[in-house]
Amino acid sequence: MIREPLIFEISDPGKRAFSLPKLDVPADSRALEGLPVRADIPDFPQVSEVEVARHFTRLSQQNYCVDLGLYPLGSCTMKYNPKVNEKIAGFPGFAEAHPLAPVETVQGNLEVLHRMEGMLCEITGFDAFTLQPSAGANGELVGMMLVRAYHESKGKPRKYVLIPDSAHGTNPSSAHLSGYEVKEIKSNADGRIDLAALEQAMTDEVAALMVTNPNTLGVFESDICTIAGIVHGKGGLLYMDGANMNALSGVARPGDFGVDVLHLNLHKTFATPHGGGGPGSGPVGVKKMLEPFLPFPVVRKRGAAYDLDFNRPQSIGRVRSFYGNFLVVVKAMAYILSLGPKGMREIAEIAVLNANYIRKSLEGIYDLQYDTASMHEVVFSDKIQKDAYGITNLDIAKRLIDLGFHPPTMSFPLIVHGALMIEPTETESRRDLDLFIEAMKTIAREAAETPDVLKAAPHQTYVRRLDETAAARNPIVTWEGGKT
Amino acid sequence: MSYTALSDHDKKEMLARVGVSSVDELFRCIPENTRLRRDLDLPVAMSEPELLRHMDAVSERNTYGRFRSFLGGGAYRHFIPSIVDSLSSRTEFVTPYTPYQPEVSQGTLQVIFEYQTLICRLTGMHIGNASLYDGASAAAEAALMAQRLTHRNRILVARSLHPQYRQTIRALTRNLALQVEEIGFGECGGLASADLREKMGPDVCGLIVQSPNYFGVVEDLGKLSAIVHEHKGLMIVSVAEAVSLGLLEAPGKLGADVVCGEAQSFGLPAAFGGPGLGFMGCKKEFLRQLPGRICGMTKDVEGKRGFVLTLSTREQHIRREKATSNICSNQGWCALRATIYLETTGQTGLREIALQNVQKAAYAAGRLAAVPGVKLRFSGKTFNEFVLQLPKNAAEVCKALRAKGLLAGLEVSPDYAELPDTLLVCVTEVPTKAEIDDLAAALQEVLR
Repeated sequence: MIREPLIFEISDPGKRAFSLPKLDVPADSRALEGLPVRADIPDFPQVSEVEVARHFTRLSQQNYCVDLGLYPLGSCTMKYNPKVNEKIAGFPGFAEAHPLAPVETVQGNLEVLHRMEGMLCEITGFDAFTLQPSAGANGELVGMMLVRAYHESKGKPRKYVLIPDSAHGTNPSSAHLSGYEVKEIKSNADGRIDLAALEQAMTDEVAALMVTNPNTLGVFESDICTIAGIVHGKGGLLYMDGANMNALSGVARPGDFGVDVLHLNLHKTFATPHGGGGPGSGPVGVKKMLEPFLPFPVVRKRGAAYDLDFNRPQSIGRVRSFYGNFLVVVKAMAYILSLGPKGMREIAEIAVLNANYIRKSLEGIYDLQYDTASMHEVVFSDKIQKDAYGITNLDIAKRLIDLGFHPPTMSFPLIVHGALMIEPTETESRRDLDLFIEAMKTIAREAAETPDVLKAAPHQTYVRRLDETAAARNPIVTWEGGKT
Repeated sequence: MSYTALSDHDKKEMLARVGVSSVDELFRCIPENTRLRRDLDLPVAMSEPELLRHMDAVSERNTYGRFRSFLGGGAYRHFIPSIVDSLSSRTEFVTPYTPYQPEVSQGTLQVIFEYQTLICRLTGMHIGNASLYDGASAAAEAALMAQRLTHRNRILVARSLHPQYRQTIRALTRNLALQVEEIGFGECGGLASADLREKMGPDVCGLIVQSPNYFGVVEDLGKLSAIVHEHKGLMIVSVAEAVSLGLLEAPGKLGADVVCGEAQSFGLPAAFGGPGLGFMGCKKEFLRQLPGRICGMTKDVEGKRGFVLTLSTREQHIRREKATSNICSNQGWCALRATIYLETTGQTGLREIALQNVQKAAYAAGRLAAVPGVKLRFSGKTFNEFVLQLPKNAAEVCKALRAKGLLAGLEVSPDYAELPDTLLVCVTEVPTKAEIDDLAAALQEVLR
C-alpha cells in the first residue's frame, strides 16, 4: 500500500495551489513601515492544487467512518448523520452571518437559537436552556458553574461533588474546575448507585451529585427518584450527564425525574457529525431556580422580534465567544424537525432494541459482568477469552478492525475490567448488526483456535499496531524534516 | 423522515430473539411514574423537501447578506478556496469519531500532525495541540496553564484583549483562585507598558496580550516580553486574526512562551460565531502542562511511520480531577479545514493574502480618515482593522449607513466607555477598491 507522505515532504518552491485578484488599491509602502514583518514562514508547504486534492483524498481513505459501517463506540452514539442537515448548515444565511451584526439583520439565527432552546426544554423537561457550551465537557463545566453560583446565592458554595465510580472522566475534571472536591460513590452489584453509600456521603457540604442516566453500563438508574430525594433532602442539586440521552428520547424526561441541571451532546443524540473529534455542542438545561445564572447573552423574543439580553447580573458570565457552535445547533434543529414527536421516540425504541439484540446474540460467548437489563448499550468484558486463552479486549478490538468494524469503546467504564462497551444506535440495519455479531463470534472462535492471529491484529490496515509507549516517551508532535 | 433501518419483519424477529413481545417491554427498567405518557410537543415530522423549504425560509429571515459588511472584531470574512469545501466534506473526514483507534484513523491523525506543525511554524512555538474550542476559551486555558506552571495566582490581561475573551477568562478562572487584573492601553492603542511595569511582579504568572489587538493595533511584543520575563512570568500572546501570522513576525521570535488564538480565518466561514477553531502552541518545556489532545509520531510493529494521540496522562479520562483541563473533544473538522486552507494557500499565498489585508485596510483607513470630522483614534500600526473617531454618536452613524446598505463597523463604546463615538472597521482582502470608496463616500454623506 502507498504510504501518503507528509505534505512537507512533497513541497517544492515555486508550486502554488492558490490565486488572488491583483491588489486593486494603490500599494503603499508606508502601510508596512513600522510593522514587524517576518522574513518568511519557514518550511511552509508549496504544492500544486492536484497534490492537495490527492493528499487529502488519500488520507481520507485511511479513516473508518459511520458511512462505512457499524461504529459501536459505547456512550459516543455514532449514529448516521443525515446529509440534508449538512446542506442546511451551509445555507449562506446561516454560514456567513457575522456574530456581532446588528440583531435586526440576524433575526433568522436568533430564531434558530430561541426555538432550539424551546424544543430541547420539551424533549428533556427543563425550563430553560443555554446553547453556548462548545461540547459535552464544556456543558458539564457550565452545569457545575451554575450549581456553584446557585449555592453561593444561598450563602455558601459548599465543598464537595459526588460522582459514581462508573462516571466518565470529564465529570470529576469539570467538578474540579468549578472549584469542588470530588468524592467517589461506589456502584452496587447491579452496577447502579449504592443508595446506602449515597445517603452516607450526602451532607450539607455536598453541592451536587453528578449522575449519568442511563449510566455508562447502559443501565437505567431505576432509583433515580429516591436518589433525587436524598440529594434534595440535604439541599444539594442533581446534575445529569446527558451523554446517553439517546436511550430516553421521547420515553422519559430527566426534568420529570428530579434532575435540576443537564447537559446534552448534540453530536450524539441529535445526529450532528463528530468530524473526527469535533466540533460538538453541549447545551445545558436547567430548572427555573438556576435560570438567572445562565451564561450571557440570552436570546429573548419580544413580540415578533428577537434580541439579546446582556443584562444578567447573576450570570456566571460567558465560557466562550459569541453564542456557541451555532452551525451544529442548526443541524440539530433540522434533525428534530425532520423526525417530529414520533421519530424522536423511535430513536430510543430502536436504539434499545438494537443493543439488546446484540446482547442476546453474544451473551454467553462474551462475559457480562453485570447482567442488569441493558438500554442503548451493553458492556461485555474479555474475561472468558482472557481466562482461557490470554486474549485481551485490545486483541479483540484490533481483530474487529480486520473484520471490517470499528472497535467498541474499550476499558471503560473503569468498574468493568477489560470492558468492551457496545452501542449500535438506532440507525443500524439488521444486516449490519448480524455482520457485527458474526465478526464477534468469529473472534471468539479464533481466540480458542488461532490466538496468535488476534494478538498480532490488525493485519490489513495501513499501519499495524502502533508503539504508543514510544510516542509518549519521546514525543514528536511536529515535523522537523527527515529526522525520523 | 426516519433514519432507522429495520423492517417490520426485522423488528418482529429481533424482539423474539430478545425474548420480549413489544419494544415497550424493553423500557421496563424505567419506573412507570418517571416515563413520559404522551407524545413530545414538537412540530410534526417534515419530509426532506418540506424541511429544506422551512429552513431556507428561516435563513432568509437573516438580512445580513444583503449588506456590505466591514465587521471584524474576532470573526472575519476571508476568501475560502473551493477545494476546502470539497475535501473537507468527504464523509471519511466528517463522520468518524476522535481517532482513539489509530490503525483506522491515520487520515485524521496525519491531518492533526500536519496541523500542529503548521501552527507551530506560524507562531514560532515548538509544540502545539490538536486544537481547542475557540480563541476565547483558548485564552482562558492559557491563563490556567500559566498558573499551573508558575504556581502564582495573579494574571495580567491587556484591556485591549477582545472583550469576550476577557469575559471568558474571568468566568473560567473565577473558581480557581486566579486573580485577573487589566493593563490599560496608551494613546497609540497598544498596551501601556508603564502600567505593565507597575503591576508586573514576582507573584504574577504572566501577561495575556492580543496582537493585533482588539483595536487592530500591532503590539510591540518584544518590549512587553522583556518586562514579563524580568519577573519570570509567562508571555502569552493571543491572536484573534490568524491571517496576520502570514506577514507579521512569529510571536515566538519576539519572546512569547505561549501563543493561542482563533483560527476561524483559515478556511472557516463566520458562522454566526461558531464553530471556530481555537489553537495553542507553547515552548517544548511546557509540553506536559499543555491542555487538549496532542498527536504524536511513532512506528508500528513493522517499523512503519504512524500517528497516535499521545500524552493522554495529562487528560481527564486518565487523570480525572487532576487533569490539565476537562477538555475531551477538539475542533477536529475545523482543524482539517484550516490544514487544507494553509496547504492550499501555502507559503506564498498566505503572505499575499496578509499583504492585501494590510494594503486594503491602510487604503480604507486613509480614505475614511479623510472624511471631514473623522480621524484615526490611535496612532499605532495596524493590520486589517482600525478604530475611527467620529464627530458624533457611532450608533447613529451606523444606523444611517445601514440605511445605505452598509455595515460600516462595530461600535466600540459598549465595551469601552472611555472610547465614545468610535467605530472598529475591518477590511480584509475581500472588499474591492470600489466598495471601499463607496463606504468613504457614504460616510461623508451621512456626516454632512
